[in-house]
Amino acid sequence: MKKQLSWKVGGQQGEGIDSAGEILSTALNRKGYYLYGYRHFSSRIKGGHSNTKIRISTKPVRSISDELDILVAFDQETIDLNAHELVKDGIILADAKFNPTIPEGISARLIAVPFTKIAEEVGMAQMKNMVAVGASIALLGIPVEAFKEVIEERFARKGQKVVDKNMDAIARGAAFVQTEMATLPDFKLEPSDGKQRLYMIGNDAIAFGALAAGARLMAAYPITPSSEIMEWLIKRLPEFGGTVVQTEDEIAAITMVIGANYGGVRALTASAGPGLSLMTEAIGLAGMTETPAVIVNTQRGGPSTGLPTKQEQSDVLAMLYSTHGEIPKIVIAPSTAEECFYDTIEAFNLAEEYQCPVIILSDLALSLGKQTVEPLDYDRIQIRRGKLVPLDEELPELANSELFPRYEFTEDGISRRVLPGTKYGLHHVTGVEHDQTGRPSESPINRKKMMDKRLSKLKNGINFPNPVHLDAKHEEADLLIIGFCSTRGTIAEAMERLEAEGLKVNHAHIRQILPFPTEIVAEQMKKAKKVLVVENNATGQLTSLIKMNVGMADKLVHFGKYDGNPFLPSEIYNQCKELLVHGHI
Amino acid sequence: MATFKDFRNKVKPNWCPGCGDFSVLAAMQRAFANLGLEPEDVAIVSGIGCSGRISGYVNAYGFHGVHGRALPIAQGLKLANRDLTVVAAGGDGDGFAIGMGHTVHAIRRNVDITYIVMDNQVYGLTKGQTSPRSAMGFKTKSTPAGSIEAAISPMEMALTVGAGFVAQSVSSDLKQLTQVIEEGIKHKGFSLINVFSPCVTYNKVNTYDWFKENLVSLSEIEGYDPSDRNMAMQTLMDHNGLVTGIIYQNKDRKPYEDLIKGFKEEPLAKQDIKISKDQFDKLAAEFM
Ligand SMILES: Cc1ncc(C[n+]2csc(CCOP(=O)(O)OP(=O)(O)O)c2C)c(N)n1
Ligand code: SF4
Ligand SMILES: [Mg+2]
Repeated sequence: MKKQLSWKVGGQQGEGIDSAGEILSTALNRKGYYLYGYRHFSSRIKGGHSNTKIRISTKPVRSISDELDILVAFDQETIDLNAHELVKDGIILADAKFNPTIPEGISARLIAVPFTKIAEEVGMAQMKNMVAVGASIALLGIPVEAFKEVIEERFARKGQKVVDKNMDAIARGAAFVQTEMATLPDFKLEPSDGKQRLYMIGNDAIAFGALAAGARLMAAYPITPSSEIMEWLIKRLPEFGGTVVQTEDEIAAITMVIGANYGGVRALTASAGPGLSLMTEAIGLAGMTETPAVIVNTQRGGPSTGLPTKQEQSDVLAMLYSTHGEIPKIVIAPSTAEECFYDTIEAFNLAEEYQCPVIILSDLALSLGKQTVEPLDYDRIQIRRGKLVPLDEELPELANSELFPRYEFTEDGISRRVLPGTKYGLHHVTGVEHDQTGRPSESPINRKKMMDKRLSKLKNGINFPNPVHLDAKHEEADLLIIGFCSTRGTIAEAMERLEAEGLKVNHAHIRQILPFPTEIVAEQMKKAKKVLVVENNATGQLTSLIKMNVGMADKLVHFGKYDGNPFLPSEIYNQCKELLVHGHI
Repeated sequence: MATFKDFRNKVKPNWCPGCGDFSVLAAMQRAFANLGLEPEDVAIVSGIGCSGRISGYVNAYGFHGVHGRALPIAQGLKLANRDLTVVAAGGDGDGFAIGMGHTVHAIRRNVDITYIVMDNQVYGLTKGQTSPRSAMGFKTKSTPAGSIEAAISPMEMALTVGAGFVAQSVSSDLKQLTQVIEEGIKHKGFSLINVFSPCVTYNKVNTYDWFKENLVSLSEIEGYDPSDRNMAMQTLMDHNGLVTGIIYQNKDRKPYEDLIKGFKEEPLAKQDIKISKDQFDKLAAEFM
């Protein structure tokens, strides 16, 4: 029996790999297993090797694993490319149709299952993926009936016959492998706790969070890996009176979002590096005009078009600095799908409370990696709109037909935000330096006061929960590992192994990048002999940021990976060992 | 009821004396008053340029954004609060150079806003460079040997991308200009109004006199029918685009807002934003 194992399905893109993974994981999720799914795909739609790796566990998992237990292959390429990941006694379930062979030096067992032939017998060659699901669950010890509900929901529209055929395909696949079971190693899963949880990608959670936060307008231009956010919202927003506008480019998207927020609607845009590069001038406009705006950046491989379908975390410094001039800006970085939901809600609150742009920094592995999420809590949805004057509030008449002091100097630097349409609220808004009513002003005295006002809004920190996620029980640690975004689970896993060997390791995952939580990070760094900063980039952007804010440069070691793939737990583990043994990597 | 004076504010425009944009400002203020609007009902979103300053000179809500992006800001605002009368305004560089992409797509999208371009065929604010509206051979600081690029024909361009309201006017004809702006605001959907608004400082060719000599008012063309797209296109080509009045109007085309599934009459900005527990549970169940 296994507490956890990894399953992978691969083949040519468009062969039903995704739906095989989808159906298997939905059924397992409903049985109460914890899952983590990561899709490896290329920018091509059809053709090209693609695979989905799903980790199945009775305990929470938030990372891909080093190893692979079961590989389902629709073609030889899948075996050739992935078999090396298999554990010694791993199993390859391959379509008999292509006469699969095992590459030299691989000790895994190959079972040729007639996926295509069985599917054809059932009635449709496309159902070979369901035969493969059946073959897999025989190994996992999951009964065919566990799929009834999922298959019915998925294929009900196509009629009972299609439902039956799919169930039949699963059953026959399972039966085929069953006959070989006696001679196979045990891959049966230990029973799960049977609890109901959600299984979602980070982008789903961001989109759902936006809706829950009251966002009613999204303007965006499609790009990998962010498009799921707009696609999810366009299906659900109409019920809430809102909509998604697919704009002509990202400049239109961000400026439309600024217009909508100026009008009083919570609005967002989402993109990846190339889109964020286009948005930079307008982000400055939001900062200068003190207009709230929520911008999601799902980082991918850069620069330029880079590796559009691959993992990277190389936009950190760009998010901090990429607009000209100096504005108040908030950058937060959720690290789990659950945080994507709650942090997105917070992003909208922060944007309105501090009247400035808020960037939600994600990365491809977090945005597209699918993970188990504990049931989301409705009561945690809080809406705070700061100093917004609601449209139905009556304002007193202004003396001498003056303008409303939209940019009034206040103690905390934040002024009342009145919306167009409000009587006696007239004021001007401009990206030009302006006075308290928004009229352009070049007065040096006013300029300095206005700059100070805007920048003072974030001076005393912001009201964001858990700016750093800490798993740091040692007062004197051998090592502190720092990361951000999707690496949270991977670091946790490496740390578990190190701890099991008696090493004292703390973990700080930075969730608030700007304003930087200097004190918290400094305190943790002081407790550790060495600090390893794990980040998917070449130049050590987070490392530089820590150096700049915290100092202690002599303790800091950057561990970068920028080949397009997420870190594996073993890679982090090995680097930590190296650092602890040799003092450097 | 508000008069055009109620749309004036205390700010003294920093335009050169004689600049065509003064008339556009005056016509706008008159049009708002004639339509029975109150200052708080109106929002002007402008670009960057001499012309872009206009939003600061009207006693109404005004948003002066970044160069070339008045239209997406204006559309976002209108979608947020459809009770507002939203007017976007800017220069020919703003709308037909840096912002051309937005112009084309705003026309296609057809959100119910009015876009007024102050077309002086030159870049005023940056002190006299060529614009996409400058004629071939037009000499400027950036084209000392004369422009060697063809000028864009905004009205023909608008027709080809499906505009529902296309009009042109000139700063010297305050009456027609006011009328055209009123009609543009009344039109349900996107309306494009190109105004020949002479730059007295950097354009010594396309002057008030030049326009007087070269412009033809459509009201003088017998049988002109603004609902006839073919006629509109033909007339523009016959007169090298130098006509004024409502060139084309399609009253049947529905604005974007009316086509959005589930979009309500009540402005988004006035709706409750909290989702109910039931709605929340239903959405969460999708992930199980
Ligand atoms: C992104 C960007 N590029 C360049 C400029 C400089 N700039 C300001 S206005 C302008 C052109 C103005 O011409 P037009 O839009 O025709 O307006 P006009 O001044 O003629 O009314 C330029 C190039 C800018 N503000 N922003
Ligand atoms: S430079 Fe030209 S466009 Fe600008 S204010 Fe002067 S006359 Fe008007
Ligand atoms: Mg101009």
